[in-house]
Amino acid sequence: MPPESILLQFLSGSIEAELIGEPSACELLLRQARSANLLSRVAVLCVEKNLTPRLPQRMQNHLQSAQAVAVANHRSVRWEAKQIERVLSADEVPFCLLKGGAYVVGQSVAAKGRVFSDVDILVPKELLEKTERLLIENGWMCTNFDPYDQRYYRSWMHELPPLQHMKRGTTLDVHHAIIPPTARIKSDISKFWECTHKVAKHKLLYIPDDKDLILHSAVHLFCDGELENGLRDLSDLDLLLRDCSVRDEFWTELLTRAVELNLQRPLFYALRYCHALLNTPVPVQVLTRTAQGSPGKWAETWMDFLFCRALAPDHVSCNDRWTGLARWMLFVRSHWLKMPPLQLTQHLARKGYKRWMKHKASV
Amino acid sequence: MKLCSLPRAELRRRLKEEGLGLSIGPFNTSLKSHLSVVAEGLEQLYGAFTLTGDADFIDFRVSLNSPPGLRSWFRPQVNFSFDGFVPFKPLPQIQGFAMFEWGLNWVIANNAHQYLIIHAAVIERNGVVCILPGTPGSGKSTLCAALVCKGWRLLSDEMALISTATGDIYPVPRPVSLKNQSIEIIQNYSSDAVMGEVVMDTAKGTVSHMRPPQLSVEQSGQPGTPGLIVFPKYTAGAEPCLVSLTQANALLKVAENSFNYSVLGLQGFDVLGELISKCACYEFSYQSLDEAQEKLESLI
Repeated sequence: MPPESILLQFLSGSIEAELIGEPSACELLLRQARSANLLSRVAVLCVEKNLTPRLPQRMQNHLQSAQAVAVANHRSVRWEAKQIERVLSADEVPFCLLKGGAYVVGQSVAAKGRVFSDVDILVPKELLEKTERLLIENGWMCTNFDPYDQRYYRSWMHELPPLQHMKRGTTLDVHHAIIPPTARIKSDISKFWECTHKVAKHKLLYIPDDKDLILHSAVHLFCDGELENGLRDLSDLDLLLRDCSVRDEFWTELLTRAVELNLQRPLFYALRYCHALLNTPVPVQVLTRTAQGSPGKWAETWMDFLFCRALAPDHVSCNDRWTGLARWMLFVRSHWLKMPPLQLTQHLARKGYKRWMKHKASV
Repeated sequence: MKLCSLPRAELRRRLKEEGLGLSIGPFNTSLKSHLSVVAEGLEQLYGAFTLTGDADFIDFRVSLNSPPGLRSWFRPQVNFSFDGFVPFKPLPQIQGFAMFEWGLNWVIANNAHQYLIIHAAVIERNGVVCILPGTPGSGKSTLCAALVCKGWRLLSDEMALISTATGDIYPVPRPVSLKNQSIEIIQNYSSDAVMGEVVMDTAKGTVSHMRPPQLSVEQSGQPGTPGLIVFPKYTAGAEPCLVSLTQANALLKVAENSFNYSVLGLQGFDVLGELISKCACYEFSYQSLDEAQEKLESLI
């Protein structure tokens, strides 16, 4: 097994407060949290647990600094949402914030110390072209002009190539679905839209229902393969699950919703690894019931091997000799899930060739 | 214990093995490197800095090493890593020490938002701390180096760290970065100036660093209260001339030169307002360094 991580212990609440106050342990927590983009969350949790005054002054400084970044991120995403709404109001295009933006605007627990580098929105597929045109006319621009990448996004992906605002530099991902249309799993996006809520005082701005926030985060984490922020996303799931589970009916509703959206498999993984790595209090019978989403006993063991490494902080103190391989294999797996085999072969050949040409040009 | 009292071999061993811990202003920094250009740069310029103890909390762990692969034999390069994160593309290995300075600037600017950080040189004389915000080409580093050679205390050549809690300026007196003609100008200006290696063809042209005065390094634990903000502008043929700035104008100009004003939001505005209200603010054009010194010393 990979070395135990002090950040995982901290997030799962299984560490003694006295130990965190000790300089070397505290510094290791700082380093792991920084590399997992979770330092500002650690800062908020320390305040909540009333731990901050017991920490070394240097750690307190780092936590203060990290909190400022999260607050700035949140201010920025609210502003971006306003700007997007202003632009899309020209054609009355409704849009739904996803992930970090939705946590912040919806004042969800997962907004605690959450940092992000881009804003993700969902728009109805039939309004996608109109949305893109409006955004481009109003200062967002495409940053990737490679014809292959353009085609890759537009014909196979569930999002447009990323847009960047000319002046503010913020990145915007415009989605029309939560899973690529070419992926193995199919999920009906109209059902997702049905359970979104309009945000108070807004005309076009929506956020997903709590259960859908969880399911979407699970899909993103366990199907998308971008695991640099894997632990941050797992911690989001942990906070959302802990918060929602105070309602008795929550678990049943979540499982029902997973069936409606055909997302039993990602939910299975989400609950399994939240429970295993972050001690999330998922009732045993819920774990048993979600096991119908299991990929089978053998695959489960294999996935445990991969995810226990890839979801640990991306820091030298958490790696064992298999970590690099595990991350790479999960990246390959995410592509395998996204595309049928023939298309994947073409895509990899194309990417490999381009990388080789680029390398040749740089030497 | 200071870096200069560390034997050569021990310095190199620490750089290669556990990392060399240095107390640099408010930050404990640990540096690992296999490159001799880095070890030499440290010996030349960081001698007066205090080493951290084994049990000390390290704020930033950085390393400068050659990227893996054949390139280490053929046109060798150097990578800057911040605890495993590599923010820049590799540079030619000969720029290794300069990259340490640039990398550390980046690390501080992005990870120390307990301060409002202004791109500026900061110096002090008779208890008056003077901030020289630097737009490129303004000559702030040259002016700063010259004044420091004439006995001003160096608080920083690159960034003013203004505590969001107290409004005081925290010193980080690191080597002063000089470019192109400034290197020779300062060498001719003062025989006290000790310069590191001169490296040509960097992204900023020819670059060298001047050793910070020992006294400034020894006083790096003492924050100062800002009293003067001067926007220098080197102007060929100009008599030294100070023009008073309104507070509003000064605030906007300082904000433009801040690295993290937008991160700090309202708090940044408050800290900046507080700063401006206790400082006299000027635009300053000058040509001769001696005249510039005289003029600035008339203000304190």
